[in-house]
Formats: sequence, C-alpha cells, structure tokens
Amino acid sequence: MQFWATVLLDGLTYASYLFIVSLGLTIIFGVMKILNVAHGSFYAWGAYTAAFAIGFITDNELSEALFLPAILISAILVGVVLGYVIERFILRKMYNQDIHLIVLATFGVFLIFEDLIIITFGVDPYLPYQPAMMLGWVDIVGLNRGVYQLTLILLASIVAFACWYGLTKTKWGKLLQSVIYDREISVAMGIDVTKVYVVTFIGGAILGALGGAYVAPTTSVSPGFAIDLVVLSFAVVVIGGMGSIPGALIGSLIVGILRAFAVHQAPILELFVVFAVMAIVLIIRPEGLFAPPKPRKI
Amino acid sequence: MFTGIFKDTSVRILITFMVVLCVLSSLVLPDWMQNNFMYGLSRGLAILGLMLLWRTNLVSFGHALYYGFGAYAVALCQKYFGITDILLRFAIAVIAAGLLGFCLGFILRKYREIFFAMLSLAFSMVLYGLLAKAEFLGSTDGMSISPSTLLGMELTRQYLFYLITFFVICAAISIQAYLRSTLGHLTTAIQDNEIRVEYLGYSVQKAIHIKYVMSACLAGGAGGLMAASLGQVDPDSMVNWNVSGELVFITIMSGWGNILAPFIGAIIFEFIRTYAFEWAPQAWAAIVGGTLLAIIFFFPGGIWSVIEKVFNYGKKKNVK
Repeated sequence: MQFWATVLLDGLTYASYLFIVSLGLTIIFGVMKILNVAHGSFYAWGAYTAAFAIGFITDNELSEALFLPAILISAILVGVVLGYVIERFILRKMYNQDIHLIVLATFGVFLIFEDLIIITFGVDPYLPYQPAMMLGWVDIVGLNRGVYQLTLILLASIVAFACWYGLTKTKWGKLLQSVIYDREISVAMGIDVTKVYVVTFIGGAILGALGGAYVAPTTSVSPGFAIDLVVLSFAVVVIGGMGSIPGALIGSLIVGILRAFAVHQAPILELFVVFAVMAIVLIIRPEGLFAPPKPRKI
Repeated sequence: MFTGIFKDTSVRILITFMVVLCVLSSLVLPDWMQNNFMYGLSRGLAILGLMLLWRTNLVSFGHALYYGFGAYAVALCQKYFGITDILLRFAIAVIAAGLLGFCLGFILRKYREIFFAMLSLAFSMVLYGLLAKAEFLGSTDGMSISPSTLLGMELTRQYLFYLITFFVICAAISIQAYLRSTLGHLTTAIQDNEIRVEYLGYSVQKAIHIKYVMSACLAGGAGGLMAASLGQVDPDSMVNWNVSGELVFITIMSGWGNILAPFIGAIIFEFIRTYAFEWAPQAWAAIVGGTLLAIIFFFPGGIWSVIEKVFNYGKKKNVK
C-alpha cells in the first residue's frame, strides 16, 4: 500500500511537470506541424532565468512572497522573447520546407541556445531551493513530501483547465482549431495564419519555459540538463498522439507513473520503460493512443 | 553487380582521394590532423548509410543505435572473448549492427516520414536507457578499449589509419555497386512514387528493408572503427539522441550527390569541431549549430553541391 502510494505520488508530480512541458510541444506540433527540438531551450532558459531571479531575491533579502511571481514572470519573459525570435527569424523562412529540415533547424537552434546558457550563466550549477524551503514539508499517508512539489500538480491542473477552456470556449481557441484542422481553408476564410503561428509558438514556448522555471527550485540547474527532457517530452507526445492535447495529458501520466514505478522497483529500467512504451505505441498505433481519427481529405 | 566498377568515375575519384590522404598522412600531416581524418573517415561510414536512407526520403533520428551497438559489440567482445584484432572487430561491429537492423527492419520498413524518424529515435533511446543504467556495462562512464592488433601483431596508429582507409574504400565501392544496380535505382523511384514502383512489380518494403540493413551495417562499422580509434565507448557520446542528430546534420552538410560526399563532410565536421573547441571552448556547440543553420539556409544541397558547381563551372570554360 505504502509502495503504491509512493509510486502514485511521485509519478503524479513527475507527470505534472512533463505535462506542462509536453503540452507546449504538442500544441506547436498540432498547429504548425513542427517537431520542435528547441523546446528544450525554452525549458532550460526558463529554469535558469527563474534560478537567477530567485537568487536575486534572496541576495537582496526581498520578500519571500515574490518567489512565485518571479517564477511566472521569468517563464513568460523567456517564452515571449525566445519564442518570437525563433519563430520570426528561423521558422518563418522554412514553412514550405521538408519536415526533416525543420527538425534539424530546431536542433541547430537548440545547440546554439545551450551554449548561450553557458556563456550567460556560467558552468556552475544553480541551486534555487529557497521557494521549496519556504513552503516546507507535509505528511501524506505517511510519506514526507515537499509542499512545493505538490503545488506542481495543482499548477498542471490549472494549465490543463485553462488550455481546455481556451481552446473550446474562446474565439482564439476556435481559430486555432480551424487552423489545426485545415490550414488552407482557414486562410481562405480570412484567418491570419501567420499571426496564429506566432501566437501559438510563443504560447508553446511559455509553457516550456514555465515547466523549467517551476521545476528549478526542486533540482540543481546545470548545463545540459535539458538534453534528457527533450527526448522525454517527445516520448510523451508520441505516446499520446502528436498534436493531441488530451494525448499529452495521458502520455505524461503514463510516462510519469511508469518511471516512478521503475525508479522504486528496478532503477536499471528507469529510461528503458519509457522508450519501450514509446516504441510499442508507435508499432501498434503510430498516430498515438489518443489522436482523433483522421478525416480523409480529397 | 561489380562488373566494370573500377571504370566508374565516382569510384576512381574516391580511390584517388583516399590514396592521396594516405600519402599525405604518412609524409606531412601532424598527429592531431591524422586523428581528425581517422575519426572523419570512420564516422563517414555512418553518414554514407544515412545518405542511402535519405535518398528515399527516410531520415533516421536514431542511427546512433547502430553506431553505438557496433561500438559496444567491439567493447564486449574484448571484455569477454579478448578479441582485439582489427579485422575481427570491424566484422563483429558490422554483423552485430546488421543483424539488429535486419530484425528492426521488419517493423521500420512500413513507416515513412516523421513516424519513421520517431520510431528509430525510440529504438535508439531504448538502447541508451539500458546502457546508461547498466552497471556491468560501465553505465555512463562506458568502457575503455585496448589498442587494436592485426593478426597477432601490434598495430601503430599509422597502420590503423591505412586499414580504416581500406575499409572505407571497400564499403564505398560496394555501395556504389549497389547504387548502380536495379535495386539501387529503385531508391529514387520510391521517393518519387511508391505506388508506381509497386505496379512495376517491385516490393517497396523489401527494397527499403535491404537498404535499411545496409545502412545499419555501415553505421555499425563506423561505430566499431570509432571505438577502435578513440579507445573508449560510452553511451552519451555514442548512443544518445544528440549523436543521432549530429549524424543527420553531417549528412545534410555533406549532400547526397556522391559516395565521396559523406567522407568529405565528416572530415570537415571533425575540423569544425576541433577548431571551434580550440577557439571558443564555451561555444563550440553553438558554432556547430550555427553552421547547421547556415547550411540549411544557404547550401541546401550540402558541400557536394558546391564542389559540383565549381567543377561544372570549369568544364563549361573548357568547352568554350
């Protein structure tokens, strides 16, 4: 019982942060049909900027209540700046190119931003643990867990709800859905697809950065820590179905809980299970578990 | 298949290039340059394999699977059977990767475009996940590899270089022979229109499978030679996804016009990396990434298209 509670709790925490990051990736893929390797850069830059902001607040002995706003603001800042720059100057020139070339271009962008991090923030790891310390610890069914980690689950739920509401209930969401469904018809109906693309990419970038910024206080932020995440979020997106938002939710739950299970039961299989599931899903249902059936276009 | 292969212009250029390289390396080149050429030629084999797939519009984002598999096969054979002979090492790496490619090919041959890329990525990450966590395989530290021997004799680096060049020539000639055969001509046809190829009576899946196994063999051989010349295997620099990305990047940089292109591309990549590392150790990955973007934007045909342009320009002048 205790064991399953541990797996469930750790799995949920892990799934929440994977969900926030992968949601950005899957939205970008759904709308723009771009597999964005540079998503890892948003994550890493979000984490570094948040770590820097938290360090700044602690060093100057400002109020602890500023931690949360600082994290959110750094995520938004990173998402808007990086997202706009990458979309405007790289991707916009490539929309008619082969999909593989676009993936490679984002890989190049990823490499560049990895090194920009080292140049800007140095190679020493940052340990912005203060927000996690501030919230303290709590006992849940006999397990001692940080409150901060638990708020991650809350944040993921808020993000999921906001995303669902935004997509189905607002005008912008409906525009987005029509672009996802058929780009050409949307253009013909007078939707400014270029604008939709920019906003989508920035939105996805903010989500990626938010994942990084929010997770920063729970780990040590060091160079190269986005490398694993990129491919994990790829696994999540592929398992759930590329471009599917409920898919990202289910995918991250599967990956999160499987991984937590492996960590506690057989640490050697920690990464293996995730990618084995990814391969199996691709073999059985290449379009992903929750991708909607594709209407045939004539 | 091999008849008249030595009259082929590409093969002649390739052999000339390799011989010149051997002579240069034994006479004038400093050691570090020779190392760069050695790594470049080894890695070039994997690029040649990727180029084959690229010609059918299949891009594998998981070719590090075979690259690393070949390298680890060499390392394991040394650990358990004490095999250090370079000929055996190369054969083991090629065969191990080929077998793996043969098995996975049954699944992968049905996939195209982004699904092909994602599934190969998944397979390679499965291997990475195992290697990175397995203590008896050295986990993230990897394993070291002792210097190679040849038929019981010690092998100096100079001779290792000659041998690698020899392997590369053999492999490239076989690939050229394949490309000249009917099966080889199918590759571009499949890219144009699969259904028509099927109507002509050829099995598209079989053709892709054969090609896939060949490219797996090449990548495995590349991994084996790389392990032998580096003296070290580890998952992060051999099997992780960014290694696959790097391999695809070199393929794009090389272009796919000729069997020599992958080797030139891989050698140039080694030099870019060495110089970038020397000039700006903090930013060498950024320089590599910037080169990648520049190639995609300005030379979508790769280095080979530039070389071709230069040569064609000369030819036109001669005609006048």
